[in-house]
Amino acid sequence: MPKVTYIEYNGKEHEVEVEKGLSIMEGAVQNGIQGIDADCGGACACATCHIYVKEEWLDKLSEQSESEKDMLDFAFETKSNSRLSCQLMLDDKHDGIVVNLPEKQG
Amino acid sequence: MIKTDAVVVGAGPVGLFAVFELGILGLNAHVIDNLDKAGGQCIELYPDKPIYDIPAVPECTGESLTQSLLKQIKPFKTNFHFNQRVEKLEKNKDHWLVTTSDQVQFQTSNIIIAAGVGSFEPRKPPIKNIERFEKTNLFYAVKDKNKFKDQTVCIFGGGDSALDWTVELSKIAKKIILIHRRDEFRAAQHTVSLARDLEKKGKAEILTSYQPLDFVGDTNIENVKIKHDNGDQRDLKVDSVLAFFGLKMELGPIANWGLDLEAKSLKVETKSFQTNENGIFAIGDICTYPGKLKLILSGFHEGALCAQECFKRARPDEKYVFRFTTSSSDIQKRLGVK
Repeated sequence: MPKVTYIEYNGKEHEVEVEKGLSIMEGAVQNGIQGIDADCGGACACATCHIYVKEEWLDKLSEQSESEKDMLDFAFETKSNSRLSCQLMLDDKHDGIVVNLPEKQG
Repeated sequence: MIKTDAVVVGAGPVGLFAVFELGILGLNAHVIDNLDKAGGQCIELYPDKPIYDIPAVPECTGESLTQSLLKQIKPFKTNFHFNQRVEKLEKNKDHWLVTTSDQVQFQTSNIIIAAGVGSFEPRKPPIKNIERFEKTNLFYAVKDKNKFKDQTVCIFGGGDSALDWTVELSKIAKKIILIHRRDEFRAAQHTVSLARDLEKKGKAEILTSYQPLDFVGDTNIENVKIKHDNGDQRDLKVDSVLAFFGLKMELGPIANWGLDLEAKSLKVETKSFQTNENGIFAIGDICTYPGKLKLILSGFHEGALCAQECFKRARPDEKYVFRFTTSSSDIQKRLGVK
């Protein structure tokens, strides 16, 4: 199972194992990690699962869809490494990935 | 003061179907929603996205589901109160007094909270103490466009609202400055080309790959500081600012009504989906109980059960009789089919 490290805005780190095929958003919600709201439940419709992906992992992730780019317009303080975590499905090649959570969602 | 059998908070699919279940029992309802139309998340977040798990409806969209539900409750001539949210709940003996943000008041024995993840509120730019400008020259919607006559108006956003108002206000404003975080716009391409034409004519300035850094001023925004992705900063003198960053959902005043909460959900019992207060029910995504599934179909079931208890509370002297729509002439009369 791929290991994911979620780093909250206050620096608190959570290293959890997430089942293959789940999204980074689902991994956070299932493990009770604060800071990912996922209001719409993973429909790429609300931008409240915004994360910053540690640079070296960016090219291992799926390409951004047009709808993800559109939704990111609504996220709070986006950066070049901003993604919506409901769109990022985990696979073995993501083992060890590190993501930072923004100050707030929306 | 409006007297009604039930106040439904939230006009999403679950709130609308609760109106139906109340209606066939002969109960009237008033529905309050902070959006300007019915449909809730279905209409605001994913009107075009497909839904495949509504019983007997193999495929629909958020929009078509909303339209079907509105058709289903049409016979009950329900009163909707849009663009406002419930601010206050007060207990008065065996009934409740409900006050909205527009000071509309209701007296009712039943309040059904079908508020999803909360009410939709404008998403604000990440500026500290931004509230101090909200009474002067910062807006999240245009109510009176004449306010912007001869002004330099700074518009943030890349969707339809931002582009539509860029085009519309350019007719009366001195100048429009449109700022967006990336080069592509979500808005209809036709409107984007109209805005590009305005740019060529010098009526609008379009700045992309910029994000707001700070709004400067005491109670009025005088300057807008923005930052380019490459680090460059700009300082713009403006008369007013329109920020179109979409809507987000907030639980809002519901959290202060003394109801038992678990995370951001209201705890209910599963016989009638009543909260810890008699006569206040919670159904749909906003309620939680062991085994809760956040599905529209679960919300429909919850609405049907809570309507039975609402009947007992609104009509304590009448005997409740369970009837099918197929065979009850009373129900069919209410539905206008007999």
